[in-house]
Amino acid sequence: MDFLASLLPAHIVEHAPAIVVVVPLLMAAIAAILPNGKLGWAVALVSTVISALLAIAIVVDVQAGGVVSYAMGGWAPPAGIEFRIDSLNAVLLLLITLLGLLSVIYALPSVADEIADNRQSLFYSAFLVCFAGLLGVAITGDAFNMFVFLEISSISTYVLVGMGAARDRRALTAAYNYLILGTIGATFFVIGVGFLYMATGTLNMADMASRLPDLSSSRVVQAAFAFIIVGLGLKAAMFPLHLWLPNAYAYAPNFVTTFLATTATKVAFYTLVRFMFDVFWPEAAFVAVSFFWVFAVLGIVGMIVASIQAVFQEDARRLLAFSSVAQVGYMMLGLGIGTAAGVSAGMLHLVNHAMMKGVLFMALGAFAVRFGIRRISDLNGFARTMPFTSVAFTIGGLSLVGVPMTVGFWSKWYLGVAAFENGWWWAVAALILSSLIALAYIARMLAAIWVAEPHHDRAGAIASARAPWMMLAPMWILAIANIWFFFQPDFLISITNAAAEAAFAGEAR
Amino acid sequence: MIWSPEIALLAALIIPAIGGVFVGLLGKSPNLREGATLVASVLLALNVAYLVSVTGDRPELIYEIGSTGLAFGLKLEPLGALFAAVASGLWIVNSLYSIGYMRGNNEKDQTRFFVFFTIAIACAMGVALSSNLLTMFLFYEALTLSTYPLVAHKGDAKARRGAAIYLAILLGTSIGLLLPAIIATQYIAGSTDFTVGGLLNGEASPMLASVLLVLFIFGIGKAALMPVHPWLPNAMVAPTPVSALLHAVAVVKAGVFAVLKVSTYIFGTELIAAAPASDWLAWIAAISIVAASVIAMSSNNLKRRLAFSTVSQLSYVTIGAMIAAPLAMLGAALQIVMHAWAKITLFMCAGAIYTASKKTEISDMRGLGRLMPWTFGAFAVGAFSIIGLPPFGGMWPKLYLMMGAASTGQLALIGALILSSILNVAYLLPIPGRGFFDPAPKESLKKPGPMLVVLPPVITAAGATILFFLIGPLTDFLAPVFGVEL
Repeated sequence: MDFLASLLPAHIVEHAPAIVVVVPLLMAAIAAILPNGKLGWAVALVSTVISALLAIAIVVDVQAGGVVSYAMGGWAPPAGIEFRIDSLNAVLLLLITLLGLLSVIYALPSVADEIADNRQSLFYSAFLVCFAGLLGVAITGDAFNMFVFLEISSISTYVLVGMGAARDRRALTAAYNYLILGTIGATFFVIGVGFLYMATGTLNMADMASRLPDLSSSRVVQAAFAFIIVGLGLKAAMFPLHLWLPNAYAYAPNFVTTFLATTATKVAFYTLVRFMFDVFWPEAAFVAVSFFWVFAVLGIVGMIVASIQAVFQEDARRLLAFSSVAQVGYMMLGLGIGTAAGVSAGMLHLVNHAMMKGVLFMALGAFAVRFGIRRISDLNGFARTMPFTSVAFTIGGLSLVGVPMTVGFWSKWYLGVAAFENGWWWAVAALILSSLIALAYIARMLAAIWVAEPHHDRAGAIASARAPWMMLAPMWILAIANIWFFFQPDFLISITNAAAEAAFAGEAR
Repeated sequence: MIWSPEIALLAALIIPAIGGVFVGLLGKSPNLREGATLVASVLLALNVAYLVSVTGDRPELIYEIGSTGLAFGLKLEPLGALFAAVASGLWIVNSLYSIGYMRGNNEKDQTRFFVFFTIAIACAMGVALSSNLLTMFLFYEALTLSTYPLVAHKGDAKARRGAAIYLAILLGTSIGLLLPAIIATQYIAGSTDFTVGGLLNGEASPMLASVLLVLFIFGIGKAALMPVHPWLPNAMVAPTPVSALLHAVAVVKAGVFAVLKVSTYIFGTELIAAAPASDWLAWIAAISIVAASVIAMSSNNLKRRLAFSTVSQLSYVTIGAMIAAPLAMLGAALQIVMHAWAKITLFMCAGAIYTASKKTEISDMRGLGRLMPWTFGAFAVGAFSIIGLPPFGGMWPKLYLMMGAASTGQLALIGALILSSILNVAYLLPIPGRGFFDPAPKESLKKPGPMLVVLPPVITAAGATILFFLIGPLTDFLAPVFGVEL
């Protein structure tokens, strides 16, 4: 990482927090006017590479010196917009840029297959806007600016999901549904931010944090908290605010699903952690009560109910989408535990879940690019047809269940340990129950892939069935990461521990 | 010397794994493929024999996973060495038998069968040699998964359904009960290492230990304590060599071995004796012994009868571990060995009868002994050993278990063991009895079956007899584990 960071000249690194967001935003405009999809893809690739390098440079800075604060346009905070990176959002920066990069590599064959030629460059343009928006949400230290970036990413996401209509018209209703609910969420969030501005007179999050404790009995502040939690909970697909997610994931183009599943809900979860600890403060009665009654309870209910729903899905991607809702429940439980260990476990699962769902959706996309797979029964016998993709899918699936030798095990392990330390043995029981249900739905897919006899009409296609290497390479990078980080977990654990510490450091301000 | 104990530990896992690769590669030519299986089994047995000879050094290999406090590790101790020796020794005999059986019955997909068989053996070695609960859990689960294709081998609806039940019960109990118990152990004791005297001894209160004990005993579903036994009769849809080695030796013994190892090294006899749950679990095991015997008696299908007999006999180990007296633990360890030799004999005989006559129902087997004297003779020896008659190996575990129960005053359990022996007589002896003394069936057999199917059960029957006389070295080997003075 240090080596990659040193590739960049010093005067660029100085402005890295701004450039990392601005590059994809500007490139999006360029991509939109390009004549064909290949060029659009190249632009997207270049800008994600640049963003990834800059993100690494920023993370190296954060690890060396603690908090990086960047005054946008030279206007000093709190008056100006502040980009503020500590160990908490450094994890997100790294996650978004690296998974964004892997998704873009994966995109070329997948998008070429699914999107009409004359729309591909527009598609990449929308993706870059979304990418920039997510990075902006993660990096900013200003509450209203966060709303703006959240909307930038959301609106472009509606477009990306809607682009699935070329394959399946249901993508349009899914996108519309998402648009309505996403806008409601954004409205709730901005109302909450407005209330906070009313009460504190500032939009800078650190500044808010220093003024809020004096206002703990203010109804306005309490209402703001409720609005913000609901708004961000909706964006994060916290059960029962997840209704937009299954259809959006199921009918969006495969590449979009991969990218969204690995990054978008993760960013929303981060914003929740940020607001819980670094804007509000856990000692306040109305915040303290939400740990258990909102996050722990809803997290556990989501973990179990969404997993059960997943078991009964027929559409493969819808199944994984419900699984994602359940996995968000794990993160919410980590947050709900409310200790540094709990938040750290939640963050660890955030990273791990990105890795495992990345593999799973990429593999489904690879099945789809050859055979247009939707239903689980379509996967029958794929182990013989596409063995590399099938093995990667299996690794991702086992990781999702939390089998030892895969990184998913550490998620459950540290969540379980954090819950035990709190005396929440019932949470551990729920964790295990949910893992068992996860085993049931993953086993359904694995049984189809490995055991069931292939459909007869596919017999002729078997010879040409290997997935393009541009899909296999990122898929296998993630699959290997799933195993590698089981045996070498220190890196992940140190960054997530640092993230949790950073969240709690804000509380001390 | 080049061959160090540490290398031998790893080799115990790697030899069958490499053997599996060769079996897969040589699938095109059956003779070479079977050669690979046999070479791997002989090499493994030699390697395990070496390990047994160096058990006193307690060699170990540990891989710490980062700073998480968890580790994978292999460590040699007498119980594990014994289980490894039984499994690897019987694998040779069973390989010969498998070849004869699979060819004799023209089974399909034989390459897949032999590949997964070697993988299963590697997993059983891993269970035997693991140094902590996490490693054991991993191999335990891998053993379940690698035997799934073997159970589902026939591939028809019945086989798939049986295999699904097999998988669901074993995975469900291990993830739902065993894994939480392991997590709790790690949390309470700060490690999951198998420790002489008991890892949790002094760390956990008797009440807490009771809860954990229940989770462990039922979580280790392979031990087939009622009510988590249904996977075993359902696994009988597999070809008979699988039932013989895996569901009389490797898999089920991995279960009771894990029970014994957890009782000895995680709880320790003192903590088990102090935990109130151990009395209840001993009773459940006693009920399991008697109830499974009764069900066995009412089954007309031979393999099903043997399966329930196995359920019953496995609970002998559990009962010994729950009595927690040194003598009873010793009896439990001996039961792993003695029952393995006797039960594999019975299963091989069942397969031999099927290969020669295609008969699976006991009522059809009257008089067959006259045509297949060696097979029915071996069956009789195996049955005598299971019942516990001298001079057959099966006598010793019953003796030690009863002495152990007497030493703690649990006389009712002795009653259960005696009742079980009587039931054993009732459901096992009629088979060779009717076989020999009823008139031979009218349609006579052309031949008593291929040599490779008839000979192996005779070998194991002889082994079950020889083991009666080897009790001295066996107890000397095991005595240090349980602190028994003999």
